[in-house]
Amino acid sequence: MAPTRPGAAVTFAGRSLRKSRPRYGERLIEVMLFAAALVSVVTTIGIVIAVAIPTEEFFRQISFTEFFTGTRWTPLFADPSYGVLPLVSATILITVIAMAVAIPLGVGAAIYLSEYAADRTRRVLKPALEVLAGVPTVVYGFFALKGITPFLRDIWPVGDGPAIFNALVAGFVMGIMIIPTVASLSEDAMSAVPRSLRDGAYALGSSKMLVATRVVVPAAVSGIVAAIVLGVSRAIGETMIVTVAAGGQANLSWNPLEGMLTMTAFIAQAGSGDVPTGSIDYKTIFAVASLLFVMTFALNLFSIRLVRKYREVYE
Amino acid sequence: MTTTIYRSSAPDTGVTTLRGSRRPRRELVFRLALQSALGIAVSFLGVLLAYVVWTGLPRLDADLLRNMPSTLRPETAGAQSAITGTLWVISLTALITVPIGVMSAIYLEEYADPTKWWNRVIDINIQNLAAVPSIVYGILGLGVIARGLGLGLTVLSAAITLSLLVLPVVIIAGREAIRAVPSSIRFGSLALGATQWQTIWKQVLPAAVPGTATGSILALSRAIGEAAPLLLLGALAYISFNPDGVLSQFTVLPVQIYDFIKQSREEFVPLASAAIVVLLVILLAMNSVAIYLRNKFQRRW
Amino acid sequence: MTQHLESRFAALSQSEAREAALTIAGPDPAGPQPLSVPSPVFEMSDVSVFYGDYQAVRNVDLPVARREITALIGPSGCGKSTILRCFNRMNDLVPGARVTGKITFHDEDLYADYVDPIEVRRRIGMVFQKPNPFPKSIYDNVAYGPRVNGVKKGLDEIVEQALRGAALWDETKDKLTDSALALSGGQQQRLCIARTIAVQPEVILMDEPCSALDPIATSKIEDLMHDLAEDFTIIIVTHNMQQAARVSERTAFFTADVDEAGVRHGRLVEFDRTATIFSGPSDRRTEDYITGRFG
Repeated sequence: MAPTRPGAAVTFAGRSLRKSRPRYGERLIEVMLFAAALVSVVTTIGIVIAVAIPTEEFFRQISFTEFFTGTRWTPLFADPSYGVLPLVSATILITVIAMAVAIPLGVGAAIYLSEYAADRTRRVLKPALEVLAGVPTVVYGFFALKGITPFLRDIWPVGDGPAIFNALVAGFVMGIMIIPTVASLSEDAMSAVPRSLRDGAYALGSSKMLVATRVVVPAAVSGIVAAIVLGVSRAIGETMIVTVAAGGQANLSWNPLEGMLTMTAFIAQAGSGDVPTGSIDYKTIFAVASLLFVMTFALNLFSIRLVRKYREVYE
Repeated sequence: MTTTIYRSSAPDTGVTTLRGSRRPRRELVFRLALQSALGIAVSFLGVLLAYVVWTGLPRLDADLLRNMPSTLRPETAGAQSAITGTLWVISLTALITVPIGVMSAIYLEEYADPTKWWNRVIDINIQNLAAVPSIVYGILGLGVIARGLGLGLTVLSAAITLSLLVLPVVIIAGREAIRAVPSSIRFGSLALGATQWQTIWKQVLPAAVPGTATGSILALSRAIGEAAPLLLLGALAYISFNPDGVLSQFTVLPVQIYDFIKQSREEFVPLASAAIVVLLVILLAMNSVAIYLRNKFQRRW
Repeated sequence: MTQHLESRFAALSQSEAREAALTIAGPDPAGPQPLSVPSPVFEMSDVSVFYGDYQAVRNVDLPVARREITALIGPSGCGKSTILRCFNRMNDLVPGARVTGKITFHDEDLYADYVDPIEVRRRIGMVFQKPNPFPKSIYDNVAYGPRVNGVKKGLDEIVEQALRGAALWDETKDKLTDSALALSGGQQQRLCIARTIAVQPEVILMDEPCSALDPIATSKIEDLMHDLAEDFTIIIVTHNMQQAARVSERTAFFTADVDEAGVRHGRLVEFDRTATIFSGPSDRRTEDYITGRFG
């Protein structure tokens, strides 16, 4: 058999293990990659700064009490009022309506996909749900405003029925949009529940329904709660559906048949107009954005911690 | 004589078959309820799509693509500036976000020491950013990029803003693809005297390309449908020209659709629907490419 | 030169004495223990490996002779693979791993500050337990090592030589562009060997190279090892005693001690010519393992 390294027997013995050439390139690459990873950190810092500075200036002119407890939101009037409660109440009302749709339908769909559906059905239905999440929200808003509301107004049995812009339809449509978020994270949590738990229950003679409701859901509850919290966060932060279909006038009301202005819709409305930098109108946008950011940030952190918790238990 | 060793406390019902009790009805109802949950969601989607196509049919014509938007003549108005604007913005977004996202993913998976606190901060930060409402990114774009850095209400500002919006998604997809490459490959490469970067560049990255590409395409398709952040970046202005550079003003399809919706005249409804159909077709094409890539190149380790 | 050896001998004798003290009623070793070898490539002195605070292997003294096959045998979990990975600094890649003691390669300290682990791995190659060919063509697998080491020309010859050296050329010469993953398990492992020798290392470390293969593939690789030993120094970890007896010239037997807390620590028990280990081992524990009384 031919030697595989003719003549090399002599040359190797004398060579030291020192680096044959200094490897600056490796170090440089590592630095560049780290810099790329820092972009995400810079983004968060950017958001915080972008939002905080005008907000701080805003609160130098407008008191906390007026902002947080005032019930009139009329920043464009000659005699402006900056009470944010109408915006917050609108956001909350629509979020509640949306979650009333998204939670039962989302968790229900998740239970079905996780416990009942055959593999083939799941492979078709899961992507179908994902498509729901992929439809641009402006399309949902359009359907709500031009498709559903007129229809509802036509068939409404008593009284006036929903206004052209109303919270009910916007909330309903938003709920449907959020179903994939709730369903997919809930289903993840349910799939993480070990087979052995289910098998134990089946072996004792439990039906599928009992196993699903008494074993799987309780075991996956922190994941399901995380999914719901994330859904709430999405509902609060959603802009286009409410901007198109919920209304453009601030309205402190709990009547879902009326139109109202949410925090996100206000930002969209005011921010898309021509607002000079440094004006109070400009700063108002950022003040509301701060509130929005803080609310969703807190919810997101909570949701992430919940997910970590359930992942730890089973992995 | 029988000896009873164990006396069961269950009543002797006299039933000796394995036939079940009457519980099946409740079972059935529950199952139907779950199925209808899924059914409602899916049929809503169907009705939505049907509505859009049905109302948009009259305006799915060549004028839609040929003409510029107009508030005066909805019958012949088109969406060309919005379509080209979308193409400009998304291309630039892809050029920015994919390299940064992939580089971040490489750093986090291959170089970062998970015990060091700053790496965990970066990790949590990315997860948080993925859930921040898109309009807040618009705020970032307006305050810092358009006005703060003086880049104005341009294609460039829009692309940077959207890049930051989808960056977390690209990073997460990239990390998963890199993580899927088994460490035996890395060990094999290193044992031959390759450096860490050589191993990543020649072995890990090529193997992670399909997963990363799929994830990036899905991230970009999300960006295409975004309207809220771009509302704040000047896309709502009446734009009747195609962009001629990255510092050009622009509009995009979702925002143009919003503009059509806001118009009061009924003739704008079919125009809005038709534009929606165009947007959905673009999205369908992108997602199909992503799924095709995933199915064709997915490696089973 | 003899002074060098003598002082080394003196140091070794101390650890020898430790060994003897722990041996349970074994026959007294007659004459000097062959803990020195002709033309050593590696000298391991008092080496321990820690994972964090846990001492996985302790106080190993092991010289490795040039162009010989040295086998490391013993029951599971006694540190053989850990010790093997010290020779090419692959333990560096395990988070929390720490190596104490001294390992020299041609009298140069392998763990000195200035030493480049990349350079070490170019000179000391490794074949793993489960074949791990890259998801590329057969040609690209073998050419990978030379390419990352800067070789740009003459790759065709290098690939052919390496494949011949691994007894794989005839089976693959017509399908060099096919995927390596299409080969059988035994062929993949020989491909990994070809890949390793393509960079022309001096030493090949083999971590249970045949444990994932069927007997026919195993015997092909064992035949290959004899040919390879004409040019390379080989250290092989194996669970299979008969394999060690078949292929190696020297054998090191490891075992694991269990301390008061119930924690296992690996230890080198005996190191000698293979013939001696298998016919008349000095230590009782070696004898027990060889004859199958435990492990």
